[in-house]
Amino acid sequence: MELPVLGQDAAATHGGGCSSHSCGTTDDQLGHLPDAIRAKVQDHPCYSEDAHHYFARMHVAVAPACNIQCHYCNRKYDCSNESRPGVVSELLTPEQAVMKTKAVAAAIPQMTVLGIAGPGDPLANPERTFETFRRLSEEAPDIKLCVSTNGLALPESVEELAKHNIDHVTITINCLDPEIGAKIYPWVFWENKRIFGVEGARILIEQQQKGLEMLTARGILVKVNSVMIPGVNDEHLKEVSKVVKAKGAFLHNVMPLIAEAEHGTFYGLMEQPSPTADELMALQEACSGDMNMMRHCRQCRADAVGLLGEDRGAEFTLDKIAEMNIDYEKAMVMRAAVHEGITAELDAKRAEKAAKTADAPKAKKGLRPVLMAIATSGGGVINQHFGHAKEFQIYEASEDGVRFMSHRKTDLYCSGDDTCGDGESVLQKTIKALAGCEVVLCSKIGYEPWGMLEEAGIQPNGEHGMETIEEAMLAVYAEMEAAGKLAPRADSAACAA
Amino acid sequence: MSLVINELCVNCWACEPLCPNDAIIEAKPHFKIIADKCTECLGDYDDAQCASICPIEGAIVDEFDEPLNPPGSLTGIPYELAVQLIEKGRIAEAEAAKRGPREYLD
Repeated sequence: MELPVLGQDAAATHGGGCSSHSCGTTDDQLGHLPDAIRAKVQDHPCYSEDAHHYFARMHVAVAPACNIQCHYCNRKYDCSNESRPGVVSELLTPEQAVMKTKAVAAAIPQMTVLGIAGPGDPLANPERTFETFRRLSEEAPDIKLCVSTNGLALPESVEELAKHNIDHVTITINCLDPEIGAKIYPWVFWENKRIFGVEGARILIEQQQKGLEMLTARGILVKVNSVMIPGVNDEHLKEVSKVVKAKGAFLHNVMPLIAEAEHGTFYGLMEQPSPTADELMALQEACSGDMNMMRHCRQCRADAVGLLGEDRGAEFTLDKIAEMNIDYEKAMVMRAAVHEGITAELDAKRAEKAAKTADAPKAKKGLRPVLMAIATSGGGVINQHFGHAKEFQIYEASEDGVRFMSHRKTDLYCSGDDTCGDGESVLQKTIKALAGCEVVLCSKIGYEPWGMLEEAGIQPNGEHGMETIEEAMLAVYAEMEAAGKLAPRADSAACAA
Repeated sequence: MSLVINELCVNCWACEPLCPNDAIIEAKPHFKIIADKCTECLGDYDDAQCASICPIEGAIVDEFDEPLNPPGSLTGIPYELAVQLIEKGRIAEAEAAKRGPREYLD
């Protein structure tokens, strides 16, 4: 039996049948976009699941001030072990930010996107943020510019954003209901006053929605980020997803709350639970019926540099870039050649996937889908030892093929070991992070984790080392079918019909 | 009559552009209010602007060293816990100061 691998153009090439996201017939969050928008975003590492393995991004930390307080944020500390939004090591002036961007662009030619995301709110620091954008759009025109905002100052900034050729804006929208908002945002600073509670949240929500409408009216692409906070806004985010899509946001990114007591945030100290990996995935699935969902977000620091999931910021500190002598004209020529090569490779892969999809068999047997965790260091190949994997890629195998679902970190957002944490072993944490998966595919695995995984109901498999993820998963899925492990579940009948 | 920024300040720049008297200056190890220039915003705004945007409880105090944003007032963290955190922050600051000059959130 040959199962197809669905790809970039799955939705477009699948005529009829069950083609909605909720039934899992496409793995691609950009599949439903109009061609003009897809062309704009398919090479953006933060928007395109397949591009993020090839193209890199960086954030410059030029925006320290903030105009609101969120219960998941603490403005006080930076921990060098942490990787999460709002955390930075070094604040930059616009001048330094431009220098750093050029240095990174010359050293990492696949870096195509520069974002300003904090550590405060970029639009609460309009002079620093816009000075950085103005200079970069003049001096490094081959770099795409993005900004991420809480939205409070967005309406007054739209004109200026359009001027600097910013074509992507991310707004963090956690709610539409001010009563829920008051549980997330204790205050906002608005018209020279600090405004607390429901009233403050109401102002923020109005500004966010107004900003979203103004941006999409001008043709500026908007992605919406939402933080999933169990018991606070988890159910409500389904409504948020519908509304922001109706207003023209092209992508919705539901991210898990990060809340640890040692971060000193309100939620961390109040022991507000974060969602488990499968709770997050279930909500992403629930939202995806109405929205293009993003599933590969890594919740970067506000000064991250490199491919998603890696941070090369330490190579580009101010004292190091001061010693680099960058000829940007020359660098741009080299960068263009590298981009051309990557684009050709990506196009070839996309075409290959589309071709495989085109001759997909249509008859369905009603088999249930299976989640598998993959240990890979990149390249779409199973090539990592179980114990070396800092994160697993979660894919779903079904009769429709293989689709990417999420990343799950094993060391979460913190690389500290003895000094922080609650003593739970890395292995126990990893197994917890893999909840819902039935198979782990890796190049090799040790005796101890093998036993513990089996005990947890997850089948380790080291037989497919160096094979592509798709091939290996389809082989394992076929084996499971042959062993009679894929009997249809009652709830999947509607989907198969 | 003047407000004071103390060592709890994290140098986030939020207050500096808001001051109607240009009394706030960037300084090491943290921002400062020039006492002669500060009017506590009397005549300009209902609320002192720096204290209305400052995200750090206890970082801005009046002439009696009373914080304009007392522990827990901005974060919603219960008072006792907030007091402990501020104390911890103070100790961390003192230790960092001993290690030498600091940049933002070093």
